[in-house]
Amino acid sequence: MNTQTAPLLSARGLTKHFAIKGGIFAREVHRIHAVDGVSFDIAAGETLGLVGESGCGKSTTGRCILRLIEPSSGEVWFQGRDVTKLDADALRGLRRDMQIIFQDPFASLNPRHTVGGIIGEALIIHGLSRTRAELDDRVVQLLETVGLQPDHRHRFPHEFSGGQRQRIGIARALAVEPKLIICDEPVSALDVSIQAQVINLLEDLQEKFGLTYLFIAHDLSVVEHISDRVAVMYLGRVVEIAPSRELYDNPRHPYTEALLSAVPIPDPLVKRKRIVLQGDVPNPIRPPTGCRFHTRCPIAEARCSQEVPELEQSSDGHWVACHLRR
Amino acid sequence: MTEALLEIKDLKTWFKTDDGMVRAVDGVSMTIARGETLAVVGESGCGKTVTARSVLKLIDMPPGRFEAGQIVWRGRDLIPLPAADMDKIRAREIAMVFQEPMTSLNPVYTVGDQIAESLRTHHGLSRKESIDGAVEMLKLVQIPNAERRVHDYPHQFSGGMRQRVVIAIALACKPQLLIADEPTTALDVTIQAQILELLGDMKAKFGMAIMLITHAMGVVAENAQRVVVMYAGKVVEEAPVEELFGNPRHPYTQGLIRSIPRVDARTRGHARLEQIPGTVPSLLNPPAGCRFANRCRFATDPCRDSEPPLRQVAPNHKVACIL
Amino acid sequence: MAGSIPASLSADQATGAAATDRPSRPVSLAGEAWRRFRKHRLAVVSLIVLALLIAAVGLGPLLWKVPINDIDFGAKLRGPSLGHPFGTDDLGQDLLARLIYGGRISIAVGLAAMFVAVTFGVMIGAIAGMASGRVDAVLMWITDLFLSLPQLPLLLLVIYLFRDTLKNLLGLEMGVFVLIVLVIGGLRWMPVARLVRAQFLSLREKEFVEAARALGASRIRLVIRHILPNAMGPVIVAGTIDVAAAIIAESTLSFLGLGFPPDVPTWGRVLFDAKDYLDIAPHWALFPGAAIFLTVLSINFIGDGLRDALDPRRVL
Repeated sequence: MNTQTAPLLSARGLTKHFAIKGGIFAREVHRIHAVDGVSFDIAAGETLGLVGESGCGKSTTGRCILRLIEPSSGEVWFQGRDVTKLDADALRGLRRDMQIIFQDPFASLNPRHTVGGIIGEALIIHGLSRTRAELDDRVVQLLETVGLQPDHRHRFPHEFSGGQRQRIGIARALAVEPKLIICDEPVSALDVSIQAQVINLLEDLQEKFGLTYLFIAHDLSVVEHISDRVAVMYLGRVVEIAPSRELYDNPRHPYTEALLSAVPIPDPLVKRKRIVLQGDVPNPIRPPTGCRFHTRCPIAEARCSQEVPELEQSSDGHWVACHLRR
Repeated sequence: MTEALLEIKDLKTWFKTDDGMVRAVDGVSMTIARGETLAVVGESGCGKTVTARSVLKLIDMPPGRFEAGQIVWRGRDLIPLPAADMDKIRAREIAMVFQEPMTSLNPVYTVGDQIAESLRTHHGLSRKESIDGAVEMLKLVQIPNAERRVHDYPHQFSGGMRQRVVIAIALACKPQLLIADEPTTALDVTIQAQILELLGDMKAKFGMAIMLITHAMGVVAENAQRVVVMYAGKVVEEAPVEELFGNPRHPYTQGLIRSIPRVDARTRGHARLEQIPGTVPSLLNPPAGCRFANRCRFATDPCRDSEPPLRQVAPNHKVACIL
Repeated sequence: MAGSIPASLSADQATGAAATDRPSRPVSLAGEAWRRFRKHRLAVVSLIVLALLIAAVGLGPLLWKVPINDIDFGAKLRGPSLGHPFGTDDLGQDLLARLIYGGRISIAVGLAAMFVAVTFGVMIGAIAGMASGRVDAVLMWITDLFLSLPQLPLLLLVIYLFRDTLKNLLGLEMGVFVLIVLVIGGLRWMPVARLVRAQFLSLREKEFVEAARALGASRIRLVIRHILPNAMGPVIVAGTIDVAAAIIAESTLSFLGLGFPPDVPTWGRVLFDAKDYLDIAPHWALFPGAAIFLTVLSINFIGDGLRDALDPRRVL
């Protein structure tokens, strides 16, 4: 949208509706609008942060891009191809270029495989190592890349701490030498002192291998730190996209503003005016009409409940979906 | 500091496991004065939750046991207290709010019944009175349509609303101390802001003391008056909040404060985060000497040999570090 | 509540172990399971009892060389003695020898029927769990249908209908063996299928399975390498219970006179023969009864121990 060179990845109108079936005939009784017309670009080598509260559709967006979840509609362009139209074989090829790192370092590693088996799996699937020795060498190399010991490859995941497990997950994603890594809340489950280790590792790897990240998180301070640009989601829609610093210095959308002001600052001398939003996030089965934020918005007007605001550019690279703030 | 409401003295809560004794809380002392908010901060496994549960004697014994120490509540040691007396203190004098609002409510009773139950058992109110009391409490924690919602079940509330209900139950008997164990960890930031604001309002209204257990430094900075930092079952630093953030003395506290990215202007520029290397040591065979020594940049041989005592470095500021 | 605390602490211990640079000493998962199993004292005792029973029926004939069909009317319905430690039946046949021989068949039936039930159940459950949608609905429908059938009458009917056919096809003993195994196994696969389906449905959504999909693993690979191994813990537990249930089912059939022919002394059959002499020769019923009781009980206790040892929550 705002990148000069061709983006590495562009999502256009990405939509995912989950049908909830009920009754004897498995009719669709409800439809959850998890992701609703999400569009953004990611340039090669940049980090796009995707923030929002639980249930806003940020993780679903990440999984739709990888087609771990099949999107209902929309396009995802990656290196000149529409990912949503790829057949099974082409999709397998795509897996070498796009990887994912998960939130839960305990659930994301198969408890019955050794660390070596976990990291080496992709190499076996894609036939990237000709011999056993070559495979072993590559696993050792990957372990060292993420700051683990070579002999860790014979151990099982339960012998490691959360931070170390997250490193294993990162090594697994790196094995295929991907171009894009979707980081789905990679530090949310970790302790504060370990978060910094993993964030620094991700930054080092980006520099070393020229990686592009889609960094999904609910923690705005982490996203601000690691991202070049940030997209804010609310109830399945992107409400604002801007360069990281611009977004934090000059938030336009009332939701972004409230979200930023809600983040506690670890300094008792800093006193800010806090915008405390009223109420809860509405049910995504029956999302509000018009602007989805109008039910909680402190500045909403009549038309906010009727017309859907489009994402429009308000200043260079700063996109907002709000009738009142441009 | 005026009168101490709760005084924990050299508490040791250990757990017997197959592999040996886990020293979850190993010689922890802290005090809470009437009406103050004390934050206990530390990473998972540092013993902050076990300390809090020890105060209410909510530790399963076995495998847990009090190895040493005293928990003095208004001049009375709780550790030797019989279960019946402890029941009277729980909820009526000390109440607790847990991290997970869904599991701390009973799904088969209406929220009204659950608040009313606490009113009935502790104040001997009639059923009608107690339900009225429950409505009052729900209004107090700002739940809209309290008269109607009092008859709803926990699953009909959202996460933030549930945590309000939990707080209403905890406050129903006007306790003098509220122990809040990670009360907002399971909630989104905007909801976290609501709940913290509510806790502040309730404190202003009832004047109870709050023991806020958390791992989030931001929450500490914005809500506490005094802070106790725990690491691997020990208190490493204790100070008033401005002092702690302005002049952290223990290398662990310094690391904790500097390792978190901040949204405000102070840390602008793409500086690398300061990181604490390594991981928390095993509490099974904790290292001799300072437990932070193997991750500490400044550690010297004396650090590894003998355990540093908690010493006063400034008024109300104690540090367990020899440097 | 506080129960969770030691668990999280032990996770930290593992952390400490891995963090320190000790020489590599991988704790294998089997070793870990065995360590937990050993803590279940009753299960360990049961394992020893079962091992002794199996050794007895396996090696017994080498040591106790009395023939099972040595008729001696002079010594009929004798109580236990040195010559006949378990006594004799109405034909003067040695009960110890007969129980040793019959035990082989009873235990073989138990194991084989369990194998049939587990294999079939895992297949149905895995297909239902992976396919979801219509295939899943139909398969679960069939499972429920089987579950709602009255088992004993059906068992009797099937045996009545097919006994002669199989007898002609495979010979008397083998025919009855195959029939009984298939019938018992064929009526016990449903709980396994449901269990496996439930496991598949939850494991399918686990992040490590998603990770494998993201790496490009095929469906077959997902099932074989990632889902099935993690689903097997509860299935093994259910399998042990199935062995016990099959032994009882075989005894019931034999006791009703529908199982093996009279000259094949399975435990149930011996019990059946003994029932008319309960008042004058109680030992005749006592020993096969005790054998069934001990075997089934110890298998069930082993199942309990395995349940604790293989509990996926402890691993995941």
